[in-house]
Amino acid sequence: MTTSAMLILDILMVLSLLSLAAAALATSDARRSVILFMAFGLVLALAWARLQAPDVALAEAAIGAGLSGALLLAAVREQPRPALPDDTKTVHHRDHSSPKLLLEWTVTLLCIVVAGVLAWALAQAFDRAPQDTLAQAVNENLATSGVSNPVTAVLLNFRAYDTLLELAVLLTAVLGIFALGPARPGYRAAGPVFGGLVHWLVPVLILTAAYLLWVGAHAPGGAFQAGATLAAAGVVLRLAGQRTVGLPQGRTLYLVVAAGVGMFLVVGLSLLLLGRPFLGYPPAWAGGLILLIETAAMLAIAATLVLAFLGGRPQPPRTNVTGGKPLATLISTLSPRSRQGLSGADAPGAEPHKHFSEDNSQC
Amino acid sequence: MIEIMSSLLIVSGLGFYLAGSIGLLRLPDLYSRLHALTKADNLGLGLLTGGLALYTQDLLIALKLVLIWLAVLAASAASAHLIAQHARRRETQS
Repeated sequence: MTTSAMLILDILMVLSLLSLAAAALATSDARRSVILFMAFGLVLALAWARLQAPDVALAEAAIGAGLSGALLLAAVREQPRPALPDDTKTVHHRDHSSPKLLLEWTVTLLCIVVAGVLAWALAQAFDRAPQDTLAQAVNENLATSGVSNPVTAVLLNFRAYDTLLELAVLLTAVLGIFALGPARPGYRAAGPVFGGLVHWLVPVLILTAAYLLWVGAHAPGGAFQAGATLAAAGVVLRLAGQRTVGLPQGRTLYLVVAAGVGMFLVVGLSLLLLGRPFLGYPPAWAGGLILLIETAAMLAIAATLVLAFLGGRPQPPRTNVTGGKPLATLISTLSPRSRQGLSGADAPGAEPHKHFSEDNSQC
Repeated sequence: MIEIMSSLLIVSGLGFYLAGSIGLLRLPDLYSRLHALTKADNLGLGLLTGGLALYTQDLLIALKLVLIWLAVLAASAASAHLIAQHARRRETQS
């Protein structure tokens, strides 16, 4: 395609990004704001793809638009709806007390400062000669990294420390989620149409996650995208009223949540014992070690994101299901017995669903 | 020849998208808007992916495009059903 045609596409994309962002900020209805934010995330993913950053595009679509949107919608659902869902009324009823105004202005000012710093950093990057950039250094050392996708090489090898600390942040978030107490009961069991979709979609999501994890070694993908996809399966199960949402029970859940940091530490400390630097993989083993860490990280990321969507400790299932691996638990939803549980009001123990006044189609 | 066919498919797909979008904006109530959006856009996407699959002349990419179409078909059918069901329940409650 000619460059001018692509320029028109780019301008349209930037304009729709800006207008979606403005619309998401301007609307006073929280639910509408969240939906506009999700649309913004999807267009942003397109923009990343257009900037030839498919890894970021995948992460933005899966985490930025998909899971953040689901989290925000769940948060909106927890809030009581205003008595009058009339836009003009809610604007007038908005709280304009001084502490809130002060907070709004502080946040705005901080955002402007951050945007300024980012713009400055970007301008600095443009001034650099291409041979001085980090990309050059990465490409020169790619052969020793064990993978051929430069993004995975940076995340899991050259800057593995950063990723270890990111996973530690996620682990801290899980501690916060557990501190919130038991999760709310959840949604009523899905009807035949949604139940049928879930029945079909969850295995596909698991397969896609495994594919993204595997392909991350040489093409866009990796633990974060795969974890987000796996978490999407959990979110879908939660919306369909499945009680365990594919998470393992009891101690196994703790193991899975800590798996990312744990595997990083096990690999790093073992390498220290062997006389190598911490997380300094020997080139011959690097590929296998990266896959090992990424698999553990994917499970931990998925479990963390699903727990965030639950907003509390998962409740034990009513039946005596013992713990298992998360994949096994997810796959066990394929069994005919749990299909019955997914697909309707005739499921045994439908009685607690009376409490779930909210409709699963709200999200 | 293949290029002409794929362009024809893509352009007709875009026509369905346009019709669906106009329907979303102009039709009077939720049910007819849903009807316009899901039906027209699903067919539009099918024509679009068909055209692109022809254009790439790569079996693997064509297969992926068809998979995308099937996934969107299932998702949009189910979500249209959920939205309509929710609206219907609200109507009968109030």
